[in-house]
Amino acid sequence: MKAYAQEAAGAADQAATAADAAAEAVSYATGGAIDPTVFRLSIFVLAIFVGYYVVWSVTPALHTPLMSVTNAISSVIVVGALLATGVSLADAEGALWAKIFGFIALVLASVNIFGGFLVTQRMLAMYRKKK
Amino acid sequence: MTANLAAILYLVAGVLFILALRGLSHPETSRQGNYFGMIGMAIAAVTTLWAGLPDITGWVLIVLGVAIGGGIGAVVARRIPMTAMPQLVAAFHSLVGLAAVFVAAGALYAPEAFGIGHPGHIHGMSLVEMAIGVAVGALTFTGSVIAFAKLDGRMSGKPIMLPGRHVINIAVFVALIVLIVLFVQSDSVIGQRALFWAITLVALTLGGLIIIPIGGADMPVVVSMLNSYSGWAAAGIGFTLGNTALIITGALVGSSGAILSYIMCKGMNRSFISVILGGFGGESAGPAGDLGDRTVKQGSAEDAAFIMKNATSVIIVPGYGMAVAQAQHALREMADDLKREGVSVKYAIHPVAGRMPGHMNVLLAEAQVPYEDVFELEDINSEFAQTDVAFVIGANDVTNPAARDDPSSPIYGMPILEVDRAKTVLFVKRSLGSGYAGIDNTLFYKDNTMMLFGDAKKMVEEIVKAF
Repeated sequence: MKAYAQEAAGAADQAATAADAAAEAVSYATGGAIDPTVFRLSIFVLAIFVGYYVVWSVTPALHTPLMSVTNAISSVIVVGALLATGVSLADAEGALWAKIFGFIALVLASVNIFGGFLVTQRMLAMYRKKK
Repeated sequence: MTANLAAILYLVAGVLFILALRGLSHPETSRQGNYFGMIGMAIAAVTTLWAGLPDITGWVLIVLGVAIGGGIGAVVARRIPMTAMPQLVAAFHSLVGLAAVFVAAGALYAPEAFGIGHPGHIHGMSLVEMAIGVAVGALTFTGSVIAFAKLDGRMSGKPIMLPGRHVINIAVFVALIVLIVLFVQSDSVIGQRALFWAITLVALTLGGLIIIPIGGADMPVVVSMLNSYSGWAAAGIGFTLGNTALIITGALVGSSGAILSYIMCKGMNRSFISVILGGFGGESAGPAGDLGDRTVKQGSAEDAAFIMKNATSVIIVPGYGMAVAQAQHALREMADDLKREGVSVKYAIHPVAGRMPGHMNVLLAEAQVPYEDVFELEDINSEFAQTDVAFVIGANDVTNPAARDDPSSPIYGMPILEVDRAKTVLFVKRSLGSGYAGIDNTLFYKDNTMMLFGDAKKMVEEIVKAF
């Protein structure tokens, strides 16, 4: 099991290195001529592979903390909420609405960020070795 | 701050999130991993604020929003009992889904702030990404709310089967696709906004329709699946914002949830498709009929104490019933007493022992069971044959030998903990009822099984007293 985890971790590191190399190569080769969406898509696809290897190396005993921590990090959607909340009201007629929506999203994401990380920390603190 | 520096900082945040998951490969490194996650989140938030400094009202709202949300989150995280983790995670998923909807709405109403165009003239690709993000987010929201209600007992765990539900689901799904196409093609501000909310409404409906036919027994799969959805929703919004941290995170969370769903399905020998189609497993099953003239051997706490004290090895098989009875602390005391007597004690955990992946491990950890004593199914199954006593408490279907031996059994093929191979099986149970899957357990009638009827916690406490 341990050997397997190490192997998976090694594969994950390789995948991450490959992802970096590929991203660099893409931007160098195209000189920015490629639609940014395609560029993002390549990051996305490579990140799925990184996720695949990293998650398989998570020990089954920690699958519940895995779920709560993935929940917390997916709340990085808060960056969108911050942008919308901080929008200047002079900008456009929809700005007020955007600010309201952004504020709601900000509250929701904050519950998740604080709740998710703290409950994960609480759980992880309970896993102890033999005395 | 230049756009390049901001992009690099988002990438750093993304890498820190990868390290957060990476840390979970071992309990030793997991706490450090969690800190990496927190740092990554802080970097992402600070970068966003620094790159586009908001005005005074903006700052006030941001501080207020973080204080309200963060306060609620911190209180909930501190107070929630560990048995309620599945509900909590389902509730958190619903918040991610809803946040995705509102962020997408914000981007639609003030596209300049997100650098994706002007109202009515948003880039085509951004509209596609936004539509997918909002649809998956809305679906995650209602799906998670229903999963939460079912797990929290606010709604019956019984599958709710609408007549012609497959036709309805397909029709709603097609409607959703049509609306997305119309939304992307629309070039009026009013039209886009109307279609955006129509997509949200239809996706909300679809999320509910998908989850209501799924029964309580399949909830571990559902919670994992919604975890995955919340990731894809975040990734969709990440594309709209062109934010690397969000794209990487979405991909990580999406694949994490998908892998957990797969592990849960395998643990129950159910195909993902059949889980999604629903209808399996009610809240409670009645006593199994047709017991025939088979007899069970019944024992007392004293008998159990005597047998275990004189054994050299005991494997404890805990199930969700143990957690419901709050017997984990008493159980750990029992294990400590046995260890003092020189008995080797281990715990065997089935992948679907709790109500979510890894749930039982958390419950045992809370009762201060050292994680080195806790083993997964594939690591311990071969040991039962050399074990004196298998002590089954609160588990049922996951020990049923019919899953291995009887091809006509509905759970045939499901991996089980082979407790029947132990020299003696002690089975703590309230009555001879069937398990979650509604199937009679042939283990009860074996010669080497002794049934200990009673409440799990009381029984264990009596055993401890009898030592």
